[in-house]
Amino acid sequence: MRLAALTLGLIIATAPANALEIEAEQFFGPPGGAEIAVLSTTDIDAIAPVMQDFASEHPDRRVRYLQASSTEIYAAIRDEGGRFDLVISSAMDLQMKLANDGLALAASPEADMLPSWARWRDMLWGIALEPVVTLASRQALGDLPLPQTRRDLIALLRENPDRFRGRVASYDPQVSGVGYFLVAQDDQVSDGFWRLAEVMGRLEARLFCCSGTMIEELRAGRIAVAYNVVASYAARFRPDDPDLVQLAFEDYTFAILRSALVPVTAPNPQGGTLLLSHLLSDAAQRQFAASAGVALVPGTGPEPSPHLRPIRLDAGLLVYHDRLRRAGLLAEWQGAMIQP
Amino acid sequence: MSALARLLDPSRTVSLRRRLVWQFLVLAALLVVGLFVTVGWIADRASRASQDAVLGAAVTAIAEGIRSVDEGLELDLPYATFSMLGAMGEERIFYVLTVGGRMLTGYEDLPQPARQPDGLQPVFWNADYRGADLRLAAVTRQMLVDNRSEEVVVSLGQTRLGQAAIARDTARSAAWAALAFLVLTLPVALLAAQAVLSPIRSLADVVGRRGPRDLRPVRHHTPKELAPLLRALNGLIARLRASLELAETFIFEAAHRIRTPLSLVRTEAELALSETTDPATRTRLRRMVRAIGESSRSANQILDHAMVLYRTDQFAAASLDLAALARAVIRAVRPLADMRDIRMVESGTDIPCPIEGDERMLEIALRNILDNAVKYAAPDGLIEIELTRSGDEVVLAVLDDGRGLTDDPVALAGRFRRGGNVGDTGGSGLGLTIVTEVASAHRGRFKLFNRPTGGTCALLHLPLA
Repeated sequence: MRLAALTLGLIIATAPANALEIEAEQFFGPPGGAEIAVLSTTDIDAIAPVMQDFASEHPDRRVRYLQASSTEIYAAIRDEGGRFDLVISSAMDLQMKLANDGLALAASPEADMLPSWARWRDMLWGIALEPVVTLASRQALGDLPLPQTRRDLIALLRENPDRFRGRVASYDPQVSGVGYFLVAQDDQVSDGFWRLAEVMGRLEARLFCCSGTMIEELRAGRIAVAYNVVASYAARFRPDDPDLVQLAFEDYTFAILRSALVPVTAPNPQGGTLLLSHLLSDAAQRQFAASAGVALVPGTGPEPSPHLRPIRLDAGLLVYHDRLRRAGLLAEWQGAMIQP
Repeated sequence: MSALARLLDPSRTVSLRRRLVWQFLVLAALLVVGLFVTVGWIADRASRASQDAVLGAAVTAIAEGIRSVDEGLELDLPYATFSMLGAMGEERIFYVLTVGGRMLTGYEDLPQPARQPDGLQPVFWNADYRGADLRLAAVTRQMLVDNRSEEVVVSLGQTRLGQAAIARDTARSAAWAALAFLVLTLPVALLAAQAVLSPIRSLADVVGRRGPRDLRPVRHHTPKELAPLLRALNGLIARLRASLELAETFIFEAAHRIRTPLSLVRTEAELALSETTDPATRTRLRRMVRAIGESSRSANQILDHAMVLYRTDQFAAASLDLAALARAVIRAVRPLADMRDIRMVESGTDIPCPIEGDERMLEIALRNILDNAVKYAAPDGLIEIELTRSGDEVVLAVLDDGRGLTDDPVALAGRFRRGGNVGDTGGSGLGLTIVTEVASAHRGRFKLFNRPTGGTCALLHLPLA
């Protein structure tokens, strides 16, 4: 057993880069500047303006920005000792677990205005709120009324099975860390969610890895309703796509806290902290708030609506990663999706 | 501020007040440290106990959430429990669930309890895990897994940073409070030190105010703690007084014993002078008679002085008329003045002058003043004696037209001191000493100074009855 563990350790040590699946990579700042390596779930396109600002403010630095999925990021930091200076992820439970298990460094960025619920000790720092909404295609809905709550949505799907069969989408919790986290939150907050899951399963819902793909499918007209989509992705298309309708349900609308940490393995933790300070600065917060539609730091953008439920950075998040709990939840999800 | 700094400077000469304040400060500092340590310890214990209670409840809640299902075990890890556990100081949380010794979920390498927990009470222990000091709790449950009864152990651990911070903060607050208290009580301590030391000061005042010849025992109300000092002081005074009395008695005795043989020798010398005609022998005998006269006057004055000292000690005042006394003394001195053709004019002595005093002492004093005047007045001169009353005192002025003084009158009042211009006039140098001592024994004063017109003025002030 010990030999096996040792062998595994050797494999990880010799080939850490191979294990991480990078979705995209981009440099900000001039070549030759002191490098700050960032591993993030956020789309490069979405965060590029903020990074550009940082690069122009700090001409002696160079940001190497790598985009990957939340589970990849978690594995890279936890098991592969990835050498990154700042890790940004929307999967709050995974970030929380990294910090709890001692993989985050204590950092002291300038974050005077950050609400206390949006940080955990001095290790995990919330940088943006990301409301999770339901997207619909107006064309596909036709003359049907827009649902205001999950109850409305369930009724809508139930009453029009032919219109929505194979055209309802959501995250695949088996693949996506954010998707699993959202299912876990739904499960905790509402009993009605499982009725919705059953209805979606009966309509042969399609499951996706990421918000971006769901939006593309929706815009292409291949799906009509996408449940649990991160709003900031849709924000890029909505203004010039009148067909795209964003539904923030009134029973509750989650807001995930995208968070950042400086890993213990960071080669340049000071650079990571510097970038973190920039992400928490007023200017960056205004940009994040503009794309998410809600401000994390009060005064930098729109106030949260009353039915918005931001998820706190809290030790309770640790329970979602529990193997038994996860297995139970996924089994229940599978049961709802695949119906005899 | 600088006064305080001086007060706190330990290198200065010993001061009881400073020592008291220092001791208070050291004691208070010890109290502050003691309070910090004690409160820290108590707060640490209390917060540990409350943390244990929360941890025990949490591990029990998790164990309650385990259910046997067909496929094995189902665990619904309670979100609220973790959330509450982390609330106090954002603690890190670790847990593990084992079934029959096999890890089912959680952190596989979490330290195991020192002893096997029973089903009812959680066991608690401390361990070091992933670089953090953990407090752990574990409970067991017997559960049916695959139709076999298995022992399920739930262990839950959390860091104690928040708890330690609370204990530290509490101790620090206590120390600050104690420090503030110390600062507030410092002025009180200064006042207290002053109050404690004030009897010493008042005793010193009482002793310091005494006249130079006052050797009565000190009767002063002192605190119990100063009684030994007072006893010792009075013992010292008593010994001093005894030895002074002894010396004075000895002097008195000695003068007395010398005086009688001296008068015998003088009579013999005068007889011899009258019986011889040899001019050389006569000259020698005349010198002898003169020297003997000096000696016997000195012996008389020493006796007078001893008498004055003795009577000062045993001072017993009686009502008397100073005018009558002055007339009597003038009468006694007048023949001497007549011998030198000196006129004596008196005024004011016909009005009674009642005072409280010792008649014998006053007589000695007046005679010495008048003797001096007669001795130092010019031949064929004039001595004026005026007795006047002004306010509540009587002033006796004796004015002569002699050679005056060349020395400081205050210095002349010392024992055996004589002026630089006495020439061949005989004297012991005790006369003015006697007068000054008599005046101060009567709470009066004696002054001697040059008259602007030449000669000397002697003033004796005495309080009226």
